[in-house]
Amino acid sequence: MRKPALWLAAVAVAATASVLGLRAGSPAAAVAPARSTGADSASLHALRVCADPNNLPFSNARGEGFENRIASLVAKELGVPVSYTWWAQRRGFIRNTLRAERCDVVIGIPRDDEMVLATKPYYRSTYVFVWRKDRDYDIHSFDDPRLKELKVGVHVIGDDYNALPPGIALARRGIVRNVVGYSIYGDYSRPSPPADLIRAVADGDVDVAVAWGPLAGYYAAREPVPLAIAPVSPRMAVPGMPFDYAISMGVRRGDSTLAKALNDIIARRHADILSILRAYGTPLVGDSGELASALPARSGQPCERGGEMGVCD
Amino acid sequence: MKGAVRRVMTLITLPTVMLVWGCSEGSGGSANGADALAAVGHAAEPAGTDPTAGGDATPRAPAPPADSGATWTLPGRDPQGTRYSPLTQITNENVANLKVAWTMSTGVLHGHEGQPLVVNNTMYIVTPWPNDVYAIDLANPDGPLKWSYEPRTSTAAQGEACCDVVNRGASYADGRIVINRLDDHTVALDAATGKVLWDTKLDTIANGATMTMAPLIAHGKVIVGNSGAELGVRGWVAALDLGSGKVVWKAYSTGPDSAVLIGADFEPYYERYDGKNLGVTTWPGDQWKLGGGTVWGWITYDPETNLIFTGTANPGVWNPDMRPGDNLWTAAIIARDADTGHAKWAYQMTPHDSWDYDGVNESIVADIPIDGSERKVIIHADRNGFLYTIDRTDGQVLVAEPYQFVNWAKGVNLSTGLPEKVSEKQTHQGKDTQYICPSSTGARDQQPAAFSPQTRLLYTPSTDLCMDYRGMEVSYIAGTPYLGADVRFYPGPGGMDARGEFLAWDPARGKKVWGISERFPVWSGALVTAGDVVFYGNMEGWFKAVDARTGKLLWKFRTGSGIVGNPMTYVGPDGKQYVAVYSGIGGWVGAIVPGRLSPDDPTAALGAVGAVPDLPQYTAAGGTLYVFSLQ
Repeated sequence: MRKPALWLAAVAVAATASVLGLRAGSPAAAVAPARSTGADSASLHALRVCADPNNLPFSNARGEGFENRIASLVAKELGVPVSYTWWAQRRGFIRNTLRAERCDVVIGIPRDDEMVLATKPYYRSTYVFVWRKDRDYDIHSFDDPRLKELKVGVHVIGDDYNALPPGIALARRGIVRNVVGYSIYGDYSRPSPPADLIRAVADGDVDVAVAWGPLAGYYAAREPVPLAIAPVSPRMAVPGMPFDYAISMGVRRGDSTLAKALNDIIARRHADILSILRAYGTPLVGDSGELASALPARSGQPCERGGEMGVCD
Repeated sequence: MKGAVRRVMTLITLPTVMLVWGCSEGSGGSANGADALAAVGHAAEPAGTDPTAGGDATPRAPAPPADSGATWTLPGRDPQGTRYSPLTQITNENVANLKVAWTMSTGVLHGHEGQPLVVNNTMYIVTPWPNDVYAIDLANPDGPLKWSYEPRTSTAAQGEACCDVVNRGASYADGRIVINRLDDHTVALDAATGKVLWDTKLDTIANGATMTMAPLIAHGKVIVGNSGAELGVRGWVAALDLGSGKVVWKAYSTGPDSAVLIGADFEPYYERYDGKNLGVTTWPGDQWKLGGGTVWGWITYDPETNLIFTGTANPGVWNPDMRPGDNLWTAAIIARDADTGHAKWAYQMTPHDSWDYDGVNESIVADIPIDGSERKVIIHADRNGFLYTIDRTDGQVLVAEPYQFVNWAKGVNLSTGLPEKVSEKQTHQGKDTQYICPSSTGARDQQPAAFSPQTRLLYTPSTDLCMDYRGMEVSYIAGTPYLGADVRFYPGPGGMDARGEFLAWDPARGKKVWGISERFPVWSGALVTAGDVVFYGNMEGWFKAVDARTGKLLWKFRTGSGIVGNPMTYVGPDGKQYVAVYSGIGGWVGAIVPGRLSPDDPTAALGAVGAVPDLPQYTAAGGTLYVFSLQ
């Protein structure tokens, strides 16, 4: 009974998607049927990954993102293929993907996200300033007085009482009138909507942008005009709200079997994972990444703590 | 009427094959455009209609409407949105004999907000996403559906809706049923055949905009607005020609006067609204471009002045510190000419909203005596906890009093119209602010009130929740990490056993007349009849009738699921009065049930889950229409 039912459901979804003319880039275009029982990931037939189909440099449906490449690396280690469920990484992403058992892992998630069981982090990055090299701003701090005059672009969310750290840091300094908000959601019918903010710097629509490092690093290298990036300082937007975050893989809470397997792979292949990230221009913090020395020292020394790649908190 | 039940079985088992549906973008049947405009004002009921049905409200005729109340053609029954029915068969004396007449499953397990329509012996219902429409032949209870419309509403639209994939119903006029779809289409259907007459796409889900509100047909225009201020979209309200579906005017809630449609005829009561381009200058820089202020609530219409009354949602982006200023024209009521969209006046209930107090709740049009003189007013129970009685000709606030516990403001200054804000309750990103009342759900959300010209009382659902805006937890959207605010809702002063209240309110004096405590927030709308009976439902699924003058419980019935829809009443082909309501838990606060959200995640559904973790113990998802009559 169960197999035909699932098969029918899958066909129905596929048929609907094709009738609607949905590209893979549409949210929820391809929805794997939710599993009815708890997954035992110990006997994997595939690495079931949930990912955004339209969010480079992280992932896209063509497998061009660094999370796609990391997923392939992990799957290869496990000796299974990758199977994707595509879902826009917006509100409800974890609820509708991992928690709905449509997949078993998301490749990138902040280590402290309580919605998931996080693996050991495999990289740490930071928000950065972005400017055109020909403008030579060389801005490193939110306390730089020029930020009161320049046109500054930031991502905004606009929902759930939440705001991104750069906007908060600017608002705390009274820098609001010259700030331009770019929706982090953007227009999802276009490729990688968050990249609009970086394009705005290249196009001269804003003088300086503040963006999450992996996004900025990737697109800064791909714009027709040379762009510069520098990690932001001070380290906190407001007390307790940092600009740098450790990123882990995430599995369902309770799925410690898969978490352990992933931790083993992260430890074994960490150098290769970092190579992938560097190839995508991700500014890395706290390891041998080029930006490490540019950041103010944190409270602790570089530490191992069971494979923790960043610095001690 | 077992036929109705059997009919449902057919609906569910039939594959959703599209037979007649074809999207003709923006037009189709447009030849009737001029006719439709010319025909406005006629009862517009086809010949051979129910003999008990009177003419519908006639535009530009003085209120109250002169019809018999046999039909229910607009979301709030009349353009004024009173949800008052002149029907008198069911009274406070006999309502105890009310029994289920028939039921019908909609086949959808999401929040059933909104209400059915009845006209020409046909009942029309719209489901939550996928927004199917069913025409039920009331004259032939054993027969099949008259027709159904099963649109291919975008699957992706579900992901964009903030607070469950609800739909608040249809409007009827001139032989047309008009609905909004979650994927930003407004569609007119031939009421007799279900044929698509026109289909106009007004926004795009790719930007986070959806449409959940019920269109209001006023003076030959279909008035609609968008949803999604949570996603940073820019709000608008638009009028479509009923005949052709073409956009006649579109007014934004933020931006320059030319976009807001503020011109020479704008005469607000308060001087603070006199400046030029306040939709730009009350924002820093270009922030108004993502300024929110969507128009997703009920719209009402005063045929006498030809004004429509629209409420605008909270400002975007969320972080209030990034948008110092009043952030006009968000969290406001704007009165607009129905034909041109030009603003006549505006009033902002919550300047610089920092609590998610959308101003979208309905403004019921009524004439009531205040201090001895008859006043033309609108009555508006706002999310922010104040219940406003406002002169509808110029926007002067006549009465503004809290109808639930409020502590973000001490009161409303009637000479300036400004709330007297309490600075400690102002939220800032990264700062703990505790015990803010009401919570973001408001002392009431969209669930509409009813007003009886007989008792001159407003009957309104309400919510008694407070919130903490504090702490920070890591979050991740589109690959961007941050520490988000941790907003938790919890019971207000009434405690767990009184998270909701259904109350009667004297809009002339600003005083509660009676109130009924409910365990959960009351998320259904209200209906009041000339029989002095008030109907409402609660989240546990109880459908209740109470005395309009005393609030005494007269009758109740436990439906299959929690009620978040709005009761309505009509006269059937057999001459009997019926009362109908959807049972199907969902919506913002009820989303914990159909969304199967985890009670251990108190911040889910924008914090609402924390307030009702026990709701799944009382009700399960459902989607059923219940129809009652006297036995």
